[in-house]
Amino acid sequence: MAEYTLRLRRYDPESGNAPYWEEHTVELEPHRSVLEAILQAKARFDGSIGIRCSCRAAICGSCGVKINGHPDLACHKHLDKAAKQSKDGIIEVQPMGNMPVIKDLIVDMEEVHWKKIRRVTPWLIAKQPVPKREYIVPRETMVDVTQSMACIQCGACVSDCLAMEVDPEFIGPAALAKAYRFVGDPRDDQHYERLKDLAEDPAGIYDCTHCFMCIEACPKGVAPMSQIMRLRRIAIHDHGIVDRNNGERHEEAFVSLVRQYGLLNEVELLPRSIAGNSPLAKFKPSFQREAVDSLPSIARALLRRKITPGVVLKPHKLAKPDLAAVKHLYDELDGEGERHEFNIYISGRDEDIA
Amino acid sequence: MKVAYWPGCVSRGFTPELHGSMARIAPLLDIDLVPLDRASCCGAGVIAEHNPELADALNARTFALAQRTEGTALMMNICSTCQGAQSECQERLDASAEYRSHINGTLADEGLSYEKGLTNKNFLWLLVEDFGLDELRNRVRRPLTNLHVGPFYGCYIVRPTDRLGIDDEHPRDSYLAQVIDSLGGTVVDYAGAHKCCGFPILTMNKEASLKQAGRHLGDAVDAGADCLVTPCPLCHLNLDLQQPLAERVVGRDLNMPVLHLPQLVGLALGIAPDQLGLQRHVVKPASVIDWTTSVVAEVDAAAASG
Repeated sequence: MAEYTLRLRRYDPESGNAPYWEEHTVELEPHRSVLEAILQAKARFDGSIGIRCSCRAAICGSCGVKINGHPDLACHKHLDKAAKQSKDGIIEVQPMGNMPVIKDLIVDMEEVHWKKIRRVTPWLIAKQPVPKREYIVPRETMVDVTQSMACIQCGACVSDCLAMEVDPEFIGPAALAKAYRFVGDPRDDQHYERLKDLAEDPAGIYDCTHCFMCIEACPKGVAPMSQIMRLRRIAIHDHGIVDRNNGERHEEAFVSLVRQYGLLNEVELLPRSIAGNSPLAKFKPSFQREAVDSLPSIARALLRRKITPGVVLKPHKLAKPDLAAVKHLYDELDGEGERHEFNIYISGRDEDIA
Repeated sequence: MKVAYWPGCVSRGFTPELHGSMARIAPLLDIDLVPLDRASCCGAGVIAEHNPELADALNARTFALAQRTEGTALMMNICSTCQGAQSECQERLDASAEYRSHINGTLADEGLSYEKGLTNKNFLWLLVEDFGLDELRNRVRRPLTNLHVGPFYGCYIVRPTDRLGIDDEHPRDSYLAQVIDSLGGTVVDYAGAHKCCGFPILTMNKEASLKQAGRHLGDAVDAGADCLVTPCPLCHLNLDLQQPLAERVVGRDLNMPVLHLPQLVGLALGIAPDQLGLQRHVVKPASVIDWTTSVVAEVDAAAASG
């Protein structure tokens, strides 16, 4: 047995009082979970502590909280580890972020998480005609979606999503990972419609800031951000979806500029991301409007010589043989044929397999 | 120490003062930079989004070039985004001999091949783990006394922690604070240090992007920071270059200078601000530098001359 002190965030919106911190010291073995510690504090000291839980085995996804500032399942975190990771030896537990608090450690999953999940039509839209018996699909295609199927809907990724923090409309990591679960499923009939919808929505797949927060937060290795990148890839390459959010234009411009120069040509990237992948993009009205809007920044950058005429007129470029080598890689791997993706979640590592 | 040096694209394009200041401070830290001038863009996550195999091949080529650079112990970069994008590719390449050999097959024409296990470190990591903070303290000529500095890491260099080798032994997500402290400055604790600057969605959702930048800058202002320091040139672009627009979106004056890591180190090593390109920022680092005397503002006179 060891002693552990918890610092719990208490808040009852109905009381009209502000949130506050409360400390409780419990006795448990080091390998016991933070959830067990909270439940002991609730049983021994204060029955009014609000915490949602069920399976206590990291499978039901009910007990998502922030432990020492990071989202996790309370039942999935050992006390010794939590104490070690704390700032001052006291294990700090607070409700998850980006969702309103119902009471103490319980957040309103319905208000944010479940609404967003429903937004992506989270069921299979069966290909017609439905076969008399089962659908026969290649094994690999189902293995590919197992990563997004591992989601237990705990909301940890939603809690820390940095895009949602500034844009609450963002459909978010959990729902978009769920969307990939069906876009990656060969039995689903509406891949194009799903992707077109998520690409055109300003709060859809192109609203993700690629910050890795959801990958870090997920206790199940779902890597929602990687699923969002797969959605983008399939939308652009398999379905040719050109969206109104500049998502496709930005990617195409970036990829083709690196092919052309070997290095990133930032001067060309911005106009092409907005007005299309052509050297003439900078003269198009859609980019001109953007340039006028950004004038306060552009003018000061020129004034301070942060951006010089040299950079604009003579962008950096690899030497000829190296540029040829880069183009060779594009020709070998980025042609019209089938794309391969090596996903460690699916394939494992040599040392794990050996 | 001799390193295969990958400056990245942006440090030679829109933030030339980053590459310049790194080159300026390297001799003072006994770092011998051997530039990888044949290497390509890392893809910044965008090429990996487009086609992971292509990103892996481009970076395997860079890694192979680094491994062929004679007398170097490791590869060093000065861009959080390069670090993260390259680490992602390296993780895949190192995971499977079969996959590695498939990618190496595409490099065979050039006679290049990547061997598992390259060490690729951002300057920040090298400074703490290889150069050492004690040695850094010894070399400080102009301690940043009374300068309140907020660290801004950039997502790619702090997440995911397992891929980036962040653990109890290597708390790389606290290295900026350690460096600021070693240079004599005061670390400012504020909400945005490990958050996203918003740069990746600047062209997709400009308002959300600038709101991110504006919010973190505002948090730093409220926490009493004189400036921010970042190891990521893309963060620098959104936080410095776009700051006038971020101010407009969040509706407040920010006026927060954002320094590149080598610039902050260079100031403490005694280098003149103009040699570090500090005059080229959109937000004038007036709170950092007294331009009439070229010393860090508020530095205690005795400390500065002693």
